[in-house]
Amino acid sequence: MDMMLHILAPELLLLASSMALLVGDTFWEKRYPALTFQLALVSLVMIVGVILATFSTESVQLFNGGFIRDGVADVLKVSMLLMTVVVFVFARDYLLVRGIERGEYYVMGMISLLGMMVLASAYDMVSLFMGLEIMSLALYAMIAMHKNSSTAVEAAIKYFVLGAMATGLLLYGMSLIYGVVGSLRLDQIYQAVSIAEPTLVLSMGLVFVIVGLSFKFGIAPFHMWVPDVYHGSPTGITIFLAAAPKIAAFALMFRLLIEGLESTIVEWQSLLIILAVVSLLVGNIVAIAQTNLKRILAYSAISHMGFVLMGFIAGNIDGYAAAMFYVVIYGLMSIGAFGVILALSRHGFEADNIADLAGLGRRNPLMALIMLVLLLSMAGVPPLVGFYAKLVILTQLVEVGMVSLAVFAVVMSIIGAFYYLRVIKAMYFDEPAADMMDAGFATVSLRYGLMMVGALVLVLGILPNGMLSLFAQVMMY
Amino acid sequence: MGIEKLLFYVFAATAVLASLGVIGSRNPVRAALFLVLAFVATAGIWLLLQAEFLGIVLILVYVGAVMVLFLFVIMMLDINLTPLREGFTRYLPLGAVVAVVVLAEMSLVLNPQFFGLEHFPSPVALAAGDSNTKMLGQLLFTEYLYAFELAAVLLLLAIVAAIVLTLRRRKQGEVLYQDIGAQVRVQAADRLTMVKMPAVVAVKEDNKKESDDE
Repeated sequence: MDMMLHILAPELLLLASSMALLVGDTFWEKRYPALTFQLALVSLVMIVGVILATFSTESVQLFNGGFIRDGVADVLKVSMLLMTVVVFVFARDYLLVRGIERGEYYVMGMISLLGMMVLASAYDMVSLFMGLEIMSLALYAMIAMHKNSSTAVEAAIKYFVLGAMATGLLLYGMSLIYGVVGSLRLDQIYQAVSIAEPTLVLSMGLVFVIVGLSFKFGIAPFHMWVPDVYHGSPTGITIFLAAAPKIAAFALMFRLLIEGLESTIVEWQSLLIILAVVSLLVGNIVAIAQTNLKRILAYSAISHMGFVLMGFIAGNIDGYAAAMFYVVIYGLMSIGAFGVILALSRHGFEADNIADLAGLGRRNPLMALIMLVLLLSMAGVPPLVGFYAKLVILTQLVEVGMVSLAVFAVVMSIIGAFYYLRVIKAMYFDEPAADMMDAGFATVSLRYGLMMVGALVLVLGILPNGMLSLFAQVMMY
Repeated sequence: MGIEKLLFYVFAATAVLASLGVIGSRNPVRAALFLVLAFVATAGIWLLLQAEFLGIVLILVYVGAVMVLFLFVIMMLDINLTPLREGFTRYLPLGAVVAVVVLAEMSLVLNPQFFGLEHFPSPVALAAGDSNTKMLGQLLFTEYLYAFELAAVLLLLAIVAAIVLTLRRRKQGEVLYQDIGAQVRVQAADRLTMVKMPAVVAVKEDNKKESDDE
């Protein structure tokens, strides 16, 4: 029993602390309004500590293979937890100003995080599915929490309906795979699939699974919800949507396609190539026509997810490690970019149009500089980490001989640089409208947090090797 | 043809026809009742498969609770169906194409070639005393314990989300709540304002005159 508890400790602690906060918040909500927020941060940081203290690259299975704790799961969990901490700090002021800051935001965020952690260490299809549902259900409710905003409710309904459909497709694919293999456990699926000849049923199941995954990932042509949901949700919740759930989606794809069905790579590789190409096209070209910053970031998310897919397409351990590196870095950059929008917004003003950033270089040089660093990093400009993330993916592609795909990705990135540069131009060269005030309303924690994110993007860009070799190492086992 | 086979075909045909009724009937109440019929027929098929617990649960939970709630909602909402039916003919061709494609795909895969008796032998008949409930319970609390606990978390989350989304906290003053603690703590000084006044008030001259006239 002792063994079991320390392996499961992160999940158990997260569940226990979110339950405690859920109950406790009703008692202290009026007297100590900030207590739930503070305790949520303390418990998340504590869980990071627990994971780091018990970190090992060995893999241990529990519950008949329903749960696995290995290096990949631990690395993903730590990055999800840290991102959630940062998101809570960044979003609090925005939510307070709009009167939607409630204890349940943090509780539901933590339960959603629990679902993501379950996903990261799921080793059979049932727990994969349960983790996915816990994560998604909390996200739908968090978006709809802003009841007075019709755009938020619309975004929540769109996300809910399409997400439910994606879940249905994923489940149908899983049931077909179960029909062929006769087991839900990923290792047994792996064995059965690598021995047996590929049948039509398996391919059909695979197609359904990939379509469901693409919905969750926000990959074109299953991306329709991404811009609407990113745009419609309150920014304090978009920032949560844009970071950790992407890492969870990576975990889902990694567990299902690599740990479960890697031997059918010939079948899913070509599918993923099509999806990646379409994502890069849609993400980079449609974004040019957008004037809303949140929509631009949504389309940029689509094209970034195309890059993550290319790591899977490479089909070797280094490729998967590169994809993992990319998705974590993407999460960091998008938290930063949405954080700047949060920092510039104030009551009745969302700061989410490009025009709202006009002249930011003079009005608030610090925020403009951070936004500049983040956008250049997303565009893939050399000293920054976004460049390095793209580079490792492309290197892997070239090594397995997919040069044309790599060239296509580079061309698309150059086209994509246009819309990042357009925002930068607005910040530094456009005249602000006459009635624009100074943009210095951000709280101290938000300002310093953004400075740290910006610095991290720069430092990791110069010294990426430590993180990358860690990722490659945990993938080995 | 054995009685089991006959029963299966009766239940299956009922389920299919009732499902068609669900999507075909114009009256939403009638559609909901057709859905109840489909559930009952499916419960019959469960029973034939010796899964009596699932069959009973389907009746108790879906027919007994979910569908009754559903009917309540339909009757309370008084939905106007004409706007819902608009665009039916416009989307019909596309919908028909999708339906045909899905049907073709499913019949390509879900056929005896892959799911025939040689791949999946028919289940062995259980002894008379075997309890389906006990078997399910044993599986749930051993092999699928983790998923079972996660399902509990999911349900709790659903409750929290439902309350968060529907509970509307009124502003102070808009609605009055009884706060017993405040009532007990209250001091006389909070409720009563003591006003200092001179004990004897001088009566004014004109008032006096008027009263004299009368």
